[in-house]
Amino acid sequence: MSNIKSIVDIPTVNKIARLARLQIPEKNKQNLTNDLNNILEFVAQLNEVDTSNVEPLASVTGHKLPLRNDEVTDGNIEQLVLKNAPESSSGFFVVPKVIE
Amino acid sequence: MSDLLNLDLSSAQKSLKNREISSVELTKAYLDAIEKTSSLGAYIDLQKDYALEMAKNSDKKINQGVAGPLEGIPIGVKDMFCTKDIKTTASSKILENFYPTYESTVTQNLWNDGAVMLGKLSCDEFAMGSSNETAAKGNVINPWSKTIPMSPGGSSGGSAAAVASRSALAATGTDTGGSIRQPAAFCGITGLKPTYGRCSRWGIVAFSSSLDQAGPLTRTVSDAAIMLNSMAGYDNKDSTSANLEMPDLTSYLDKSIKGKKIGIPKEYTQDGISEDIVSFYETSIQFLKDSGAEIIPVSLPHTKYALPVYYIIAPAEASSNLARYDGVRYGTRKEAESLDDMYELTRGEGFGDEVQRRIMIGTYVLSSGYYDAYYLKAQKVRRLIKEDFDNTFENVDFLLTPSTPSTAFELGQKQDPLTMYLNDIFTVPASLAGLPGISIPVGLDKAGLPVGIQLIANSFDEPNLISVAHTLEKSANFNVIAQGAAK
Repeated sequence: MSNIKSIVDIPTVNKIARLARLQIPEKNKQNLTNDLNNILEFVAQLNEVDTSNVEPLASVTGHKLPLRNDEVTDGNIEQLVLKNAPESSSGFFVVPKVIE
Repeated sequence: MSDLLNLDLSSAQKSLKNREISSVELTKAYLDAIEKTSSLGAYIDLQKDYALEMAKNSDKKINQGVAGPLEGIPIGVKDMFCTKDIKTTASSKILENFYPTYESTVTQNLWNDGAVMLGKLSCDEFAMGSSNETAAKGNVINPWSKTIPMSPGGSSGGSAAAVASRSALAATGTDTGGSIRQPAAFCGITGLKPTYGRCSRWGIVAFSSSLDQAGPLTRTVSDAAIMLNSMAGYDNKDSTSANLEMPDLTSYLDKSIKGKKIGIPKEYTQDGISEDIVSFYETSIQFLKDSGAEIIPVSLPHTKYALPVYYIIAPAEASSNLARYDGVRYGTRKEAESLDDMYELTRGEGFGDEVQRRIMIGTYVLSSGYYDAYYLKAQKVRRLIKEDFDNTFENVDFLLTPSTPSTAFELGQKQDPLTMYLNDIFTVPASLAGLPGISIPVGLDKAGLPVGIQLIANSFDEPNLISVAHTLEKSANFNVIAQGAAK
């Protein structure tokens, strides 16, 4: 819980941006750092709440997640799957070369 | 033509059924209205030919006596709903050329029931915003603006502006933390967020999956009931969809609320809320009392923690959901030498500032070493917020609150992200608990801007929510048309 007061600096922003695969222009980094610190400071008020005997709540549905039979329900839609791809070839998505 | 625009959805439904008007006439009237109000920027993709084709088809069905409940009704669709072969961008640059190969369940339900699609409506990028200013294609203007352009609210700002300007008979919206109710309040219309699970999320661009819910924006409560009747329903393609029958909501419109208990939460009248809103809130309490309801003061002690919880959980889920925009399978791509550079450049240039901020916050609170302190903590407090509601609903049937702390603000006025987030202070708690809420216009403040009041019901109690909302609507008798509306 002591971590919650942690302050984000530019190296941290670089690290998070890397994890999120976001290229952030140098000139925007200081503003972004300030925004993130303001938001993190705002949410830190949750520290006031005693949650020592509280279970986390992930879903409000109240029902168990249903299971379905593991069966193929469609298929032969290669063209539809590739339709919005920025680049495709011979039924594959094309990405920049990953093996030298 | 103006006579046609004066019909609300319920009246248009009757006139179409009795063949006093045709869907083609009605649709043409709306297409004209859209042209007249185009400077508002509500629509980002107009489907003129498609709409007329659908209208012709509806007229045929009406003549054959096989009309659906929404047959021939022209509506607008928020650009968060995937529409087959019709561009769906979520108001983002990263999806600027995305043509879904499938239809969202909610819109399919609407077309199955005969609705006519006028086009796609602007919203905040990926529904992240409360002013519609984060939309890649620019601002939407609130039709209530006088000399200074005002925000329609957000994220369903295009939907609210279209309905308020009479450029759609109704519209779909999505609400994650207030994105239907807040813009409805700002634009003087009705906005209904159903219980989480009532409408299928399948085919809706995902923002925060434990919170996202579709709902209607309409002129009246009766119109909202008709729209939700069609939009809702169990869908096995969404594992969180509720397998529960919903009765015909229109049959609840005129049910008396005599003896119903209305809770007035003390946490919703805090400093910083506009005086005019407080005054309309007090009047609304009196209206419900006069209609035979019992007014009960209640307390939901964890209310103040709802926004901090929301601004951990929603960005966390968003950072995960938006990982799919990688420039490989769909969306725009920025070419680069390596795969990692391609990802980073594509996402850095494709997402706007607010979306990037939320991805950053979400990634941070889920990252190693911070997960327990932020994300898990937020999930625990979320349970306390839900328990506040559970406890309160043991003693009351509904909660009455203001919809927003202020009326519509000027475009460009709220530059600081946190100030913007505070807009959703009264709508976020019910979202975190998954409860249905509706915003009803009750009057105009001193500046001539609409004031919305929110009613919240227990899970899956939309039928009774419709009764109490209709009662409040009749008492408030708000019938002013926005000056920016089509005539």
